[in-house]
Amino acid sequence: MRLRVYLTFNSDTVCEPIIWKLAKEFDVMTNIRTAEVKESTGLVGLELEGKTDVVDAAVKWLVAQGVHVEPIEQNVIEG
Amino acid sequence: MNIVRALKCRECGQEYEIQPTHVCEFCFGPLEVVYDYEKLQGYFTRELIESRPQTMWRYKELLPINGEPTVGVQNGFTPLVRARRLEKVLGVKELYIKNDSVCYPTLSFKDRVVSVALSKAVEFGFTTVACASTGNLAGSVAANAAAAGLESYVFIPHDLEQGKVLGAGIFGTKIIGITGEYDDVNRLCSEVAGKYGWAFVNVNVRPFYAEGSKSLGYEVMEQLGWKAPKHVVVPMASGSLCTKVAKSIKEFIQLGLVEDNGTAIYGAQATGCSPISKSVKEGTDLIHPVRAKTIAKSLAIGNPADGYYANRIIRETGGWAEDISDEEVVAAMKLLAETEGIFAETAGGVTLGCAQKMIESGKLPRDESIVLCITGNGLKTQEAVVDAITKPRIIGASLKEFDVLAEADGVK
Repeated sequence: MRLRVYLTFNSDTVCEPIIWKLAKEFDVMTNIRTAEVKESTGLVGLELEGKTDVVDAAVKWLVAQGVHVEPIEQNVIEG
Repeated sequence: MNIVRALKCRECGQEYEIQPTHVCEFCFGPLEVVYDYEKLQGYFTRELIESRPQTMWRYKELLPINGEPTVGVQNGFTPLVRARRLEKVLGVKELYIKNDSVCYPTLSFKDRVVSVALSKAVEFGFTTVACASTGNLAGSVAANAAAAGLESYVFIPHDLEQGKVLGAGIFGTKIIGITGEYDDVNRLCSEVAGKYGWAFVNVNVRPFYAEGSKSLGYEVMEQLGWKAPKHVVVPMASGSLCTKVAKSIKEFIQLGLVEDNGTAIYGAQATGCSPISKSVKEGTDLIHPVRAKTIAKSLAIGNPADGYYANRIIRETGGWAEDISDEEVVAAMKLLAETEGIFAETAGGVTLGCAQKMIESGKLPRDESIVLCITGNGLKTQEAVVDAITKPRIIGASLKEFDVLAEADGVK
């Protein structure tokens, strides 16, 4: 599957090489499509491609690292 | 006449053919419908518009469909009410309420966006439509799909209040309740939208869906006697309505249908979910996602997709943004009901309450025309005001007992 997400990094995670670690840890292809990194915050548009269960596990791992993971539509659920 | 040119990325400007897609393949930026307005010069006149039925489709050339609409043909053209009693309370000279709490058929402005999304979906050949919603959108998709003979799926959090489930369920839609944290539910909906060949109204047909909001702006200008208002206050969830009202005004000016009145756009949020208003007040364009906690659930979008663009419109037009507490929301709902006879949902309380705050702070001038956009009906959010209304005084079936009450009320 191919999943497109926005990752938001906070001041604790913004300096960590998390996407590099992700690629080492999981058999997924990572493709950064957009990024804006500042001192205390970072936003990365990332494409993840791999087997569905591996991509799911990769997302869970990102969340566990303290990264906010959202679909590129941001909020799909409306009022 | 079809003047739709393409889908264009709001970030990098890349253009795409008209198709059911919503983000730029290059930079993930959102796509927006762009038009060749010059084709309408000399053709799209006030007279032509006035000769058409009073629905949102009288402006169909500026909505992204080919030919005639197939869904929601009767929707739109809600009243613009001159709010004279409210003017007195607020101490302003000229105040109007754009009353989408009576939008056909499901009593919210979502009927506008859904009509466009589903008409476009039919054009694209979809037979199933879907959405993820906690309220108004679910009802509107379910009702409009039912009337058009389309299959529909509505995704909701599993613990949604019964009343809201009913508001969509009655139309025979397939409702899926999802357990889990908000972020997980949100991500799943995006994945479903990506995997199944459906028209997911606020995902793959979002560029078309969002354009439906412009019809609210067109109607306001026509109802004001072909004039753009000086100030418009809109409630903000994703921030899309804010940007589309601004776009509608720009388009009418460009087509010579109204004069540029220097309209300022103002945004309203509940303090419990106010990422856009905060960014405006802090003078930044960075939107910090928040966890929503407010009774104004139809505005509870913690990470608004159009937040950045709404912020920009507000600042560019010289407007402002404000937010109010839940108690102020309820007070404003009551004020609107008691002065103008309009029972708005919580979002309406947000709009009026924020306008009131901005009038008091001088951000909204008292001597120029102001339009408040009321986007949903209070019957849908009764729980918010149930403790705030006067309870009936109970008497026996006796005239004597009523006489006592009447005398206490000073009735002669």
